[in-house]
Amino acid sequence: MNIKKILPQLLTLLAVILVFGFFTYNAQVNMENRGIAFGYGFLSQESSFDVQFSLIEYDGSHSYFRAYLVGLLNTILVSVIGIIFATIIGVVVGIARLSNNYLIERTAAVYVEFFRNIPLLLQIFFWYFAALRALPLPQDTEPMLGVFYLTIKGFFVPAFIWNNLDVFIYSVIAALITIFFVKYYARKKQENEGKQTPVLLISIGLLIILPLLSFLIGGASFTIQVPVLDQLSQNSYTYKGGLGLPPELIALALALSLYTATFIAECVRAGVQGVGKGQKEAAASIGLTPNQVLKLVVMPQALRIIIPPTTNQYLNLTKNSSLAAAIAYPDLVLVFAGTALMQTGRAIEIVSITMLTYLSLSITISIFMNWYNKKIAIKEK
Amino acid sequence: MFKLIKLLTSLFAVFAVLVTFSTGSMAAGKSKTLKNTTKKGFVRCGVSQGLPGFSNADAAGNWTGVDVDVCRAVAAAVLGDASKVKFTPLSAKERFTALTSNEIDILSRNTTWTLSRDADIGLTFVGVNFYDGQGFMVRKNSGISSVNDFKDGVSACTNLGTTTELNMRDFFNSKGIKYEPVTFEKADEVVAAYDAGRCDTYTTDKSGLAAQRIKLSNPDDHMVLPETISKEPLGPVVRQGDSVWEDIVRWSLNVMIEAEEYGVNSANADSMKSSDNPAVKRLVGAEGELGAALGLDNDWSLRIIKQVGNYGESYKRNIADTGILPDRGPNELWTKGGILYVPPAR
Repeated sequence: MNIKKILPQLLTLLAVILVFGFFTYNAQVNMENRGIAFGYGFLSQESSFDVQFSLIEYDGSHSYFRAYLVGLLNTILVSVIGIIFATIIGVVVGIARLSNNYLIERTAAVYVEFFRNIPLLLQIFFWYFAALRALPLPQDTEPMLGVFYLTIKGFFVPAFIWNNLDVFIYSVIAALITIFFVKYYARKKQENEGKQTPVLLISIGLLIILPLLSFLIGGASFTIQVPVLDQLSQNSYTYKGGLGLPPELIALALALSLYTATFIAECVRAGVQGVGKGQKEAAASIGLTPNQVLKLVVMPQALRIIIPPTTNQYLNLTKNSSLAAAIAYPDLVLVFAGTALMQTGRAIEIVSITMLTYLSLSITISIFMNWYNKKIAIKEK
Repeated sequence: MFKLIKLLTSLFAVFAVLVTFSTGSMAAGKSKTLKNTTKKGFVRCGVSQGLPGFSNADAAGNWTGVDVDVCRAVAAAVLGDASKVKFTPLSAKERFTALTSNEIDILSRNTTWTLSRDADIGLTFVGVNFYDGQGFMVRKNSGISSVNDFKDGVSACTNLGTTTELNMRDFFNSKGIKYEPVTFEKADEVVAAYDAGRCDTYTTDKSGLAAQRIKLSNPDDHMVLPETISKEPLGPVVRQGDSVWEDIVRWSLNVMIEAEEYGVNSANADSMKSSDNPAVKRLVGAEGELGAALGLDNDWSLRIIKQVGNYGESYKRNIADTGILPDRGPNELWTKGGILYVPPAR
């Protein structure tokens, strides 16, 4: 034991504890002086405010905790939608940036430069208010494909009303598990005998046949409920039945994915360009088809470069979704750190919960992406 | 080891000093807020982000409104100059935190006085400077002429984190109507969304509706429904625990209202010193020692009346003459059929 080595560590630790303790104590004393009670008991109280859009059943008679869940699920929903679309757009644009076609390459470049250089909040406002003004009122809306209505009050789509939904879900899960085993045996077979199996065709077949069986013998069924125009007053209408997606969700998801996609596109471009030209030439020279070159040689190496910076973009997107409050999308910040904070006045408790929640969301994404990154990393033997 | 103990002791001492400094001592006899305000030379006042008639800044950055006048009155009373106010525009969400965390000393921002706000979160309401109630705005050609015409599926735009959200739920629930609440953080966005047709109705305090209607693209196409669904007594708020400061703000407001009651205004205040009515003389500081009780000089109320005017002048200048609510309604003096009634300044 060397005291000279331990002492600085100990002092640093002590300083950290003191600083942290100072802030806690200070907050406590000040709150006591001003008669502010501290505690998380309010979470079980009745919230008595409603939320516009919720994935779980909720109204004002539920608790503040339930309101928190509503906000959290809405945040996750817009983040997941955003991440999916940002990835698709990002990959397409990133590859387009490498195209030999001048027009495609330039269009992609202009898109990237334009969207990544405008503040996100402005883009959200643009999509919300510009789109709101451009969209028709419900009664003036021409249906798309007969049953889809894009109006100023939301995007109304047919809803599925299920009977025995669980049977259907089990059948899909069963199909996925079977596909996993088919893949495993196909690889074994190729390794041992060199024979290739048409895995893709079998998988598609399984995904169609098993759920179909659940309808035929499992008793699963659904009816489609089409949105119908409903008159509210002389000149105001809305759609009833079916599923209504609020315009706030659409505008936010659109702005988030278009903005984040530009960064992902640059990651993809960097990744593909980072794979040496010799790799492709070598792969072609041993007789691989261009598809195989991309799938077996280029992409596995490019992904290693793409994944870490893309993880950052996913995290950014999730955190940026908190700008939702500006356009009335009921996410965690608007519902919980907004309305609930205002109604209870419990700023410290609610802000701390909200911060911890975003931290957990980000860490979850990081852990998943790090796991994926490890999986595709070069395994040195 | 001895060195370590010495270091720890000094660290602890620094810590203790810091704590003492930051919390201060409330029992010092004199008001801490009053002392700080005199030292700084201006009153720190939290207002709205722009609500015509209540607190609104013009192009040159000059704030006007009845809420603004409360802060100006306090500045006139405490510092002798009604212009020595620093205004901080706050959203509904930020307002209470700004007050409890010492960013401002008065919150005069069309804030509804409720039990939970008064008792629970370290605030004290000092009075009411505007009696309001929640109403609904709709398009004239919608054919809706009463709140009973609303139907299931109606979408209502409003501000986030206000009593409005709670009243709206109570109201629609009692009528058994399913509604879609669309809540924005800033009033400008509520107006824009309602104007674009996102919502069928816009609900907030009636004074707010009247003020925001001017911002719509065609104000004449919209109207406010006659019903009022809630009580909204709006008034200034201070931090809990500084009763001297609380009294100063309360009586600065009361003096404005009482001055109107006795017919004292900014033009005739000086000449009222020789009035025959002792109540009037007390009001302009010619009799009694009212200022001393608040820790102020005896001309404090005279300065309020001279520099800011009485309540009627403030209302006329900010709300009536701007066309927001020409009719004073409940905000008329009790002697003239309204409900404005303040305890006597004596």
